[in-house]
Amino acid sequence: MALLMATVSLLLFAIFDSDQFRKQIAVAELGGFGVAALSEADYTDWIAKRGLDAPFLERYVSWVGQVFQGNLGHSLEYNMPVSSLLADRLTSTGILAFFFFLAMVPIAFTLGIVAGIKEGGLLDRIISIGSVVSTSIPQIATAVLLTVFLSLGLGWLPSKSAMVAGFSMKELVLPILTLLIYDVGYVARMTRASMIEVMSSNYIRTATLKGLSSAKVILRHAVRNALIVPVTLVFLQLNWLLSHIVVVEVFFQYNGFGQMLYNAAMYGDIEVLQAAALTASMVAVVSQLLSDIAYALLNPRLREVK
Amino acid sequence: MSHSISLQKTRGAGLSRLQLVLGLMGFIWLSLCVYVIFPDAFGAYQSYITLPAAAAVVAVYVLMFQMWRGSRIAIVGLSLVSFWIMVSVLVPALPLIDPNKPIAPFLSPGSSKDGLTFWLGTDMRGRDILSRALWGSQRILVWGITSTASAYFVGISLGLMAGYLRGWWDEVFSYLTNVLLSFPVMVLLILMLNYLGQSPFNVILAITCSSAPSIMRIVRGLALQERSRDYVHAAQVRGESALWIMVMEIVPNIRGPLIVDACLRLGYTTVAITTLTFLGLGLQPPDPDWGLMIREATSSAMVWKFAYMLIIPSLSITTLILGFNLIADGLRELSLRD
Repeated sequence: MALLMATVSLLLFAIFDSDQFRKQIAVAELGGFGVAALSEADYTDWIAKRGLDAPFLERYVSWVGQVFQGNLGHSLEYNMPVSSLLADRLTSTGILAFFFFLAMVPIAFTLGIVAGIKEGGLLDRIISIGSVVSTSIPQIATAVLLTVFLSLGLGWLPSKSAMVAGFSMKELVLPILTLLIYDVGYVARMTRASMIEVMSSNYIRTATLKGLSSAKVILRHAVRNALIVPVTLVFLQLNWLLSHIVVVEVFFQYNGFGQMLYNAAMYGDIEVLQAAALTASMVAVVSQLLSDIAYALLNPRLREVK
Repeated sequence: MSHSISLQKTRGAGLSRLQLVLGLMGFIWLSLCVYVIFPDAFGAYQSYITLPAAAAVVAVYVLMFQMWRGSRIAIVGLSLVSFWIMVSVLVPALPLIDPNKPIAPFLSPGSSKDGLTFWLGTDMRGRDILSRALWGSQRILVWGITSTASAYFVGISLGLMAGYLRGWWDEVFSYLTNVLLSFPVMVLLILMLNYLGQSPFNVILAITCSSAPSIMRIVRGLALQERSRDYVHAAQVRGESALWIMVMEIVPNIRGPLIVDACLRLGYTTVAITTLTFLGLGLQPPDPDWGLMIREATSSAMVWKFAYMLIIPSLSITTLILGFNLIADGLRELSLRD
């Protein structure tokens, strides 16, 4: 775990330590006319001034130290410390993610359980086909179609979520719906598979034969076991979300983490890009860990062993 | 033993149906690649070089239709995908308006001008949307399939080495996989394209790096299961080399789950490429591309009246992905039934 984090951060440091990215920073700081116009002498001076000629590992260690102190560099585009920009954007994305999970978890779990109660039943077939279709629509197409019909056509919702006039719940709806349509389908599908497995197990048959009502069998016995895998999956959706938030935020112009990453990449704001990539990968690694922990805590068989 | 016997049987019967299908698909893919990568190689005959591939598309469709008759879902998916492949093969020879030629901006669907009819209207620069949507299929299919194939080549090679040879290979490749998988996909793609620069080749490279790790994981798991089977032991006793066993014995026996995964992954990579184009990374204008069409329309025509500019490319990409996913779903259903 710690080793993985160290490798990922070393890799990121090495990538951003390359001449290519260094030159972009140098040009931005020295105010030249692009990387091609940067003279070799200026570049060497700049490297010496920034202390970038020290040995690689020494600089890596001091960089890690800086990161732990919350010093992630300076954003040239926004002219502010990267750490405060990052904190600001992560809060925005956090709000989006919070409402997303708040809606996704109950809907997806309910659909998955209802579908899994009777494999091959009418409800199962409707939900299964629905989940294939909803996971087939790319985010970008969902965003377009929702905007066209709900915003341009019916005029119910604003088509952009830039939050120019302060926070507005209404502007959150379209980005969240866009994310939901794909992910509810995916998580419901996984929940269904888990539920089907549980429903065909021996202990459920015992409970049914014992004479328990089917409501009791499902709610008290089946659901508890069937939800173990989906709950661990929810943590992994954080990784998924960080990837898909980019296109959704860019499309709806929501000022969050994804748009920050995208702008940094487009406008060569290298230190922001580095901080964003580092944050994203660390969140992904931690969510993997959380998912493993949740599995160990929830699974009664693993609990006994301890 | 049943595995090796069935393998012998198919080999004895000459060209098996699967080999035929794979060969025809390779031919279609090659002619599309030649057409896209060398746009001027054949001079005046350029528009016709993909025509033989049209016959191959029909043949593949008929063969697959017979193979997957049992699953209605797979057939629907097959029809959707075949439709777009057929379009991308035929589009150079179709009597379409030049997709990059500005004629009259903001014409609504069905209107005509200068004796030309624009069935789906024109975009903000006056280019025919029908023509752009049809041409767009070609680029997305060529780059989508190429990058998926490249990811599969890398993923299968590494996965087989990790799962069959074990030891050092396994340690190194599994760790590398974990490192690459700890980046969210889009973050990895943006980072790589920013570092490498934007070109079709780098898009393929970035997609390979982002999907090969998960393919490698799947193949490794399957190879671990297969390596203790009797047919592998038999081959080892016969004195076959490790390479021969991996490629000729294990791969044919794990092809079922891999084909299902390949269909899903074709969908993922196609979406990834379209998304990258929408973000302005990856493939560059002016050639028509669905992601690009959406990008251009969102920046200049976000009004109800011109919504067709947004809807048409969105529906095109959706039907293609739906096709891939339905095939995967149908094949999974068929494999459970056996």
